[in-house]
Amino acid sequence: MSFLAHYNYHLAIILAMIGLYTMISRTNLVKKVAGLNIFQVSVFILFISLGVLDGGTVPILKEGYSAYSNPLPHVLILTAIVVGVATTAVALALVVRIHEAYGTVEEDQVQAKDEEP
Amino acid sequence: MDTVIDVLLLAFLAICAVSILRLRDLFAMAMMFGLFSLISAGLFTTMHAPDVAFTEAAVGAGISTILILATLAQTARREQPVPTRSKWLPLAIVCVTGAALIYGTVDLPAFGDPAAPAHNHVAPYYLQESYNDIGIPNVVASILASYRGYDTLGEVVVVFSAVIGVLALLGLRARPPGIVAGPVRRLDHRAVLKVIAKLVVPVILLFALYVQFHGEYSPGGGFQAGVIFAAAIILYALVFGLDEARRVIKPQLLQRLPAIGVLIFGGVGLLTMLLGGNYLAYNALGENPQKAQQTGIILVEIGVGVTVASVMLLIYFTFAERGRGRKADEGDGGSSA
Repeated sequence: MSFLAHYNYHLAIILAMIGLYTMISRTNLVKKVAGLNIFQVSVFILFISLGVLDGGTVPILKEGYSAYSNPLPHVLILTAIVVGVATTAVALALVVRIHEAYGTVEEDQVQAKDEEP
Repeated sequence: MDTVIDVLLLAFLAICAVSILRLRDLFAMAMMFGLFSLISAGLFTTMHAPDVAFTEAAVGAGISTILILATLAQTARREQPVPTRSKWLPLAIVCVTGAALIYGTVDLPAFGDPAAPAHNHVAPYYLQESYNDIGIPNVVASILASYRGYDTLGEVVVVFSAVIGVLALLGLRARPPGIVAGPVRRLDHRAVLKVIAKLVVPVILLFALYVQFHGEYSPGGGFQAGVIFAAAIILYALVFGLDEARRVIKPQLLQRLPAIGVLIFGGVGLLTMLLGGNYLAYNALGENPQKAQQTGIILVEIGVGVTVASVMLLIYFTFAERGRGRKADEGDGGSSA
């Protein structure tokens, strides 16, 4: 039973691994960025899962409720999402520049061009 | 029932993630990516985190997806087949890492367990004392802007640095030699899109302002409002063209706004120091501690909102402007179809 009580964490880890596999097995740089984002969302899910409280509700105080989910992960993650899109934009800007310089966004072709004499 | 919804949403997420991995058509992949973010926003709602859900819905399903599409329009639309490279090594690495992480969860407290350490250290203080300290019901807003104001200032500075990075890489106006501005793509000859956009954009802007200024009493705040505001303007730019959107928000102003937002946030900190308090200790702003805290939070949230909205818009405009570039001798190929 205790193993089943962790299903949220396990599914977050499975998502993270799909993202990691996308990053290391594909050569297309845009796809790698998408994989990185999947990994990132899985970390968000893990954090928010840790803040969930049985019988708790949204952390906005109101009379008649006493159990709230933990607000601290919410703060950390909502700022992390915005920082995440800003850094994703930097990554995609690099991809655009790589395409302008090499004419391709496939990692192996970029490397082949670099090794040309 | 909650568990069923939770597991279903997580299963959908896994399906989306696998299809992102497998799809060779990158445009289809981008749409699956938007869907993935939207479902994860739904999952955050079921886990009682509406603030996070707002942000994820506007950022993931809106802005990230559009940035990926803008990148694809300038690079390659299809992924090329992976060359003869062993698939077993990545798979082995992923399986070993995943197994190690799952082994690590064995020690974690059960999902939703009230005895978990996360619920028994600093969180009860925030939940029990924040209303006395600050007097606003949304605990997430209190922590974000007041208790952890330093962290938030740091995050805003990171977002600001990211836009500097994008501008340094792609530039707002500069193009490589031999590349001139091509025609702007616009979709306003499609009556349905035009009418819907005209109906929806004002509502989204109004909702963004509500999220910004009502964020102390309901889910909301500067980060959420900033991304929702930016999403509305980006929708306008997509339908009516980049130049029309530039007439709404002048580029000269837009370039300064990220810095102005950071300055508002940092300036509140300096003001509290000048008034005799510590950096970002809002109690120095007035006689009544609750009123002073609320004033500080509202000012800081405005700074956050201004920076986040303008950074998202600047990043989008920069990508879209770069995407207009055409070779000087190519004519107006690729005009709106």
